[in-house]
Amino acid sequence: MKIPVWLRPVLLITALLVVWQVAIDRHPGQLLPGPIGVALGILELLHHGLLIKYVVASLFRVTWGFGLAALAAIPFGLMLGWHRRGEMAFYPLIQVFRPISPLAWIPIAILWFGVGDLAAIFLIFVGCFFPLLLTAMSAVHGIPAVYFNAGRNFGLSPSAFVSRVLYPAVVPQLLIGLRITLGIAWLVVVAAEMISVNSGLGFLIVDARNAGNRYDLVVAGMVIIGTIGLLLDLGMRSIENIKSFHWSSSEG
Amino acid sequence: MASTEAVVTEPGTRPKLRVEHLGMVYERDGERVAVFEDINLDVSESEFICIVGPSGCGKSTLLKVLAGFLSSTSGSVTFDGESVNGPDPRRILVFQEHGVFPWLTVAGNIGFGLSKLSRAQREERIAHYVQTVRLEGFEHTYPSDLSGGMKQRVQVARALAVNPHILYLDEPFGALDSITRVIMRGELLRIWQSERKMVIFVTHDIDEAVQLADRVVVLSSRPARIEDVLTIDIPHPRNISSPRYLELRDELLKLIGLAYEI
Amino acid sequence: MNSMTKPRAWESFFWPIVTAGLLLALWHYSVALTGTKVFPSPRSVEKAVAELLHRHVLWADIGDSLRRVALGFGAAVFIGIPFGLWLGWRPAANQVVSPVLQILRPISPIAWIPVAIIFFGVGDRAAVFLIFLASFFPIVVACVGAVSSVPPVLLGAGRNFGLSTPQLLMRVVFPAALPQILVGLRIALGIAWLVVVAAEMIAVESGLGYLVIDSRNSGKRYDLVVAAMLIIGIIGLALDFIFRRLGTIRSVRWGFRDAA
Repeated sequence: MKIPVWLRPVLLITALLVVWQVAIDRHPGQLLPGPIGVALGILELLHHGLLIKYVVASLFRVTWGFGLAALAAIPFGLMLGWHRRGEMAFYPLIQVFRPISPLAWIPIAILWFGVGDLAAIFLIFVGCFFPLLLTAMSAVHGIPAVYFNAGRNFGLSPSAFVSRVLYPAVVPQLLIGLRITLGIAWLVVVAAEMISVNSGLGFLIVDARNAGNRYDLVVAGMVIIGTIGLLLDLGMRSIENIKSFHWSSSEG
Repeated sequence: MASTEAVVTEPGTRPKLRVEHLGMVYERDGERVAVFEDINLDVSESEFICIVGPSGCGKSTLLKVLAGFLSSTSGSVTFDGESVNGPDPRRILVFQEHGVFPWLTVAGNIGFGLSKLSRAQREERIAHYVQTVRLEGFEHTYPSDLSGGMKQRVQVARALAVNPHILYLDEPFGALDSITRVIMRGELLRIWQSERKMVIFVTHDIDEAVQLADRVVVLSSRPARIEDVLTIDIPHPRNISSPRYLELRDELLKLIGLAYEI
Repeated sequence: MNSMTKPRAWESFFWPIVTAGLLLALWHYSVALTGTKVFPSPRSVEKAVAELLHRHVLWADIGDSLRRVALGFGAAVFIGIPFGLWLGWRPAANQVVSPVLQILRPISPIAWIPVAIIFFGVGDRAAVFLIFLASFFPIVVACVGAVSSVPPVLLGAGRNFGLSTPQLLMRVVFPAALPQILVGLRIALGIAWLVVVAAEMIAVESGLGYLVIDSRNSGKRYDLVVAAMLIIGIIGLALDFIFRRLGTIRSVRWGFRDAA
């Protein structure tokens, strides 16, 4: 009897959930919830309207932080990728700032923006800015020299060149970079909310634990975070696919 | 006058490789596509056989089946009575491209199949075959620093180093420029004449076939069948402007069905 | 590739120094002009670095952070590479396991902290677990990708020379996949470095992350905060540099030829 392909991961997940539940049942009085406890926790959050509220709060911050970072980093990165001297000028600085965890910026963020939404958005901005900058630079580097020669051959003006050669050439790679950075933004928002704000999914996790050891809500929060993160990723992938149909059909 | 019997055996020599009613069909989108059918061939030791045919006729697939990399759907391939059903160090295939291991040096590649030997024996063998393919001085060079022709030499040396019964070559010079190709043909002949292995060489280049082979197997287009087998009875070294050569070449062209007044 | 002439060698030092100088000046003057008492000036950060160096606690903190990374990253390498290679080699297994990994991956390692604390208590082990978690996924993904992009020609050649499957994995698949695995390791190390700092801000009481948050909490020493941030950046850069260097070893260098 051959198990259909789509069913196999489902079975694996189900098996893991069963093992989890059994392990919890074997240790009564223990803090962590089983999958049933988690599901009930999610329902409880829905019931109190908190789920929607927190998800919206987190998404709101991600949208602003990520959006601002994209608006700032992509044009700047494209420009740096284009001008070798500009890249030389900024590259060491970027390399030093990039490995600094966005969370390490928290004291500065709070200093500049106080505790609250703006600080969280700033942290997401910082976490997304450098990866997007590097992606944009790398996208320009990846343009085959052939395209430039063809553009010059046809006597394109600089603005026409940018819109008709440069932009289409970099979009596929930019989309991939945006997707990966969106994932980073989602990781940062959760961490930022655990530390510096009073709403959102990250806050939910910290609060549920501090105010009564509600680990069922903690894990429920984790599950929701994972699910939304996955949905965001899938959403971006489908955008990539639309675009790449565009491109490959024009090359085909 | 060329002899064109479909199955020719030299009197007195036992065929070592016997291919009988070999066929290959695969399913694609529910349809059965025949790649080649009813291939019959006997090859004796030390024979140099070329398989030619139009592009896409399935000759590479046929070679892979002969070498044991793919299974046929009908018929059999036997070598010395033993049936071929998997890759084996006694039958080494030289690929058209990307066949050398990029993380090993020339010496490392050539010695790849020699792990069962003692260190001294291995080094001796490697040195011998480095010389055979004329890559002295490049023993410690990595493939990324070698030209295409040199990489193919490495593959040949690597193949010969394990002393196989048969050498299969799948359009080995196809990715090289025309001058290198001519040089490599000469090199291959030289090596073959000293090693005297059975060689089965797939190509779409007619000149290559006439210059190298003892017999040329001509395949039709897909589904490939043996159109004919041409015996090249000119001794080596072959003069490519001799009347006999041109005659055979024309014969081959005709067999492949191309007009020879272009 | 652009309209300007090709830059000369000295320019790769000149421009960054000019830019850094300009930014430092900008920093210095905005601090001076706004009269802020809290935000540090470049000079005070410099002094703070010296203070940290003399205090000896800095070296302990750096050591703690590096140690946690070494343990967590090391565990992820030790478990992740064989696991990833296996998944790459057996696409059927990958099809089953991959969805599980895809669901777990977007959960921020930081979100795991409460669970980690339950299992490991507050302290080193929880932090190491988080780093392990954060490094594990990129390593596995890189290994799967690396194995599936081994050219079939090489696998065929390996089989041709009579290699059994374990031998094939060891002598062909692994060396062929190594460059891509190294790239994955470098990325995972970068992530590990980000996570250790974050973990130290929340779950432990030593290390560079802790230094950042502690400097603020006990005395609003923003000069120390910025100094610590810069040190974090520099060490992270050094780690990345080391890994890039690994890519120049002869037996993997072939895989990086195109990445100039």
